[in-house]
Amino acid sequence: MSVLIFAESNNGKFNKATLEVASYAKEIANTLGTTVTAVAINASETDELGQYGVDKLLTVTSSALENFNARAYADVVKQAAEKENATLIVMTSTTNGKYLSPLVASNLNAGYASNVIALPVSTSPFKVKRTAFSNKAFSITEISSDNKVIALAKNAFGLKENATSIIQENFDITINDAHLATTVTAVDKTTGKVTIADADIVVSAGRGLKGPENWGMIEELAEVLGAATACSKPVSDLGWRPHNEHVGQTGKPVASNLYIAIGISGAIQHLAGINASKVKVVINTDPEAPFFKAADYGIVGDAFEVVPTLIEKLKAFKAQNA
Amino acid sequence: MNILVCISHVPDTTSKINFTNGDTEFDTSGVQFVINPNDEFGLTKAMFLKEQNGATVTVVNVGGADAEPTLRKALAIGADSAIRVNAEAKDGFFVAKQLSEVVKNGNYDLVIAGKESLDYNGGMVPGMLAGFTDYNFINACTSLEIDGNNVVVVREIDGGNETISTSLPLIVGGQKGLVQESELRIPNMRGIMMARKKPLQVVEASNADYQTNIISFEKPAEKSAVKLVSPDNIDELINLLHNEAKVI
Repeated sequence: MSVLIFAESNNGKFNKATLEVASYAKEIANTLGTTVTAVAINASETDELGQYGVDKLLTVTSSALENFNARAYADVVKQAAEKENATLIVMTSTTNGKYLSPLVASNLNAGYASNVIALPVSTSPFKVKRTAFSNKAFSITEISSDNKVIALAKNAFGLKENATSIIQENFDITINDAHLATTVTAVDKTTGKVTIADADIVVSAGRGLKGPENWGMIEELAEVLGAATACSKPVSDLGWRPHNEHVGQTGKPVASNLYIAIGISGAIQHLAGINASKVKVVINTDPEAPFFKAADYGIVGDAFEVVPTLIEKLKAFKAQNA
Repeated sequence: MNILVCISHVPDTTSKINFTNGDTEFDTSGVQFVINPNDEFGLTKAMFLKEQNGATVTVVNVGGADAEPTLRKALAIGADSAIRVNAEAKDGFFVAKQLSEVVKNGNYDLVIAGKESLDYNGGMVPGMLAGFTDYNFINACTSLEIDGNNVVVVREIDGGNETISTSLPLIVGGQKGLVQESELRIPNMRGIMMARKKPLQVVEASNADYQTNIISFEKPAEKSAVKLVSPDNIDELINLLHNEAKVI
């Protein structure tokens, strides 16, 4: 009856979203008076999970599952749920987590709630709070099926250390070859750069920057902060920045600790996409820009003056606090 | 090739979101409904495939009669026929079950559904549909090339993208990138006239369970006013971010 999580790893190492899901699942398991079991595929550095409350780890080793393969991975989660008699499965909201969760749910005939932002409102009946309408609202959703799958929104719960004496067990699985009918032939991943998905801080800029040639200072500010760079929709539509930097309702969602918007007016679609960020800073020449209503801190000023000063001051701050 | 495009009928992205009936229902008054943007990218891709290779394109919605103008719009853009499964789309599991019946009855080679709708943001219909139909499945798909039975797709991963080879029959969770925003089509008068004559079949829902139920909605709490910092006092901003917000 333990709570099951799928532990996602990148190059053998668990990602932060997984550790957050482990922290979250532990609290639910405590409420339910049970334990947390994780299932991991081809992970090598497995000790870390025990620090975040995982009591038992099922490790699957399979060369056929070397690359992420959603349908085959979903079968693994199903088999783990059956082995552990788990009826509650907690997943991440990474791109792979979002790919996997509905497959796991359909496999287990389970109701599924995505984008869950807090501990369950109640466990019997099972009710969770999740975002809806592109972060413009929340819903309290009840899952009434026996099996339940929930996906925790990124950065919604945080990491909570909770050391356990984790037990490891090798887990033999059955692979349905028909579910391996997708083959990864190439991976194009930015290396050495923080991605929007992983970033604690995101520095984003809009049309107020006047042209793509002015992005040097945005990249420098991001570098000083260890942040990812992002942009508004008009900027990506104009081709000033690549589409994968577009954040907003129809672009990537951002749920960082700090979001700095420079020269972005704050259209409703943009704000919907970045609303889940905890602290928002806006720098804009127009005091009437709608972003000021959504931000925590604001500077009414010219980005071309403010940003270079901010970079200098932050460098000094970092040097002092290093 | 037989293509099915799943269409969700959602409030326009600029809509004000309000609730009614004791915060249990979305308030549709004054709201304009559109084709879910992620679905529109998929529909436009289907049009490209039809023009390149020849295909029959069917659009489907699970919903009430109020969704029919949205289906007609999809027909005006160029779909050949439409199906409406007559049911209230309260739960993604239920919707995916209904769609799986349509897929099983229709012999489709390719099914495109937006990776997420902009209203409930469940992000579950394409994946569950794949689970129920046993089709191959690619989510968050940004490129799709079909050659006979072979398919090459690109999907988004965190921090980049991945190229995958697979085969039909296939379900795709679509998004921007399948086509670009500039390639989206606005129905012309001829398309609108033709759409009126195209078949829109209403089928009754099959028996399926609801696994989830929305108890109530809430709106985010009003934000406290922004703290303004003078552009001449950047030190103060750093101080606030470090000591008050504790984010740097």
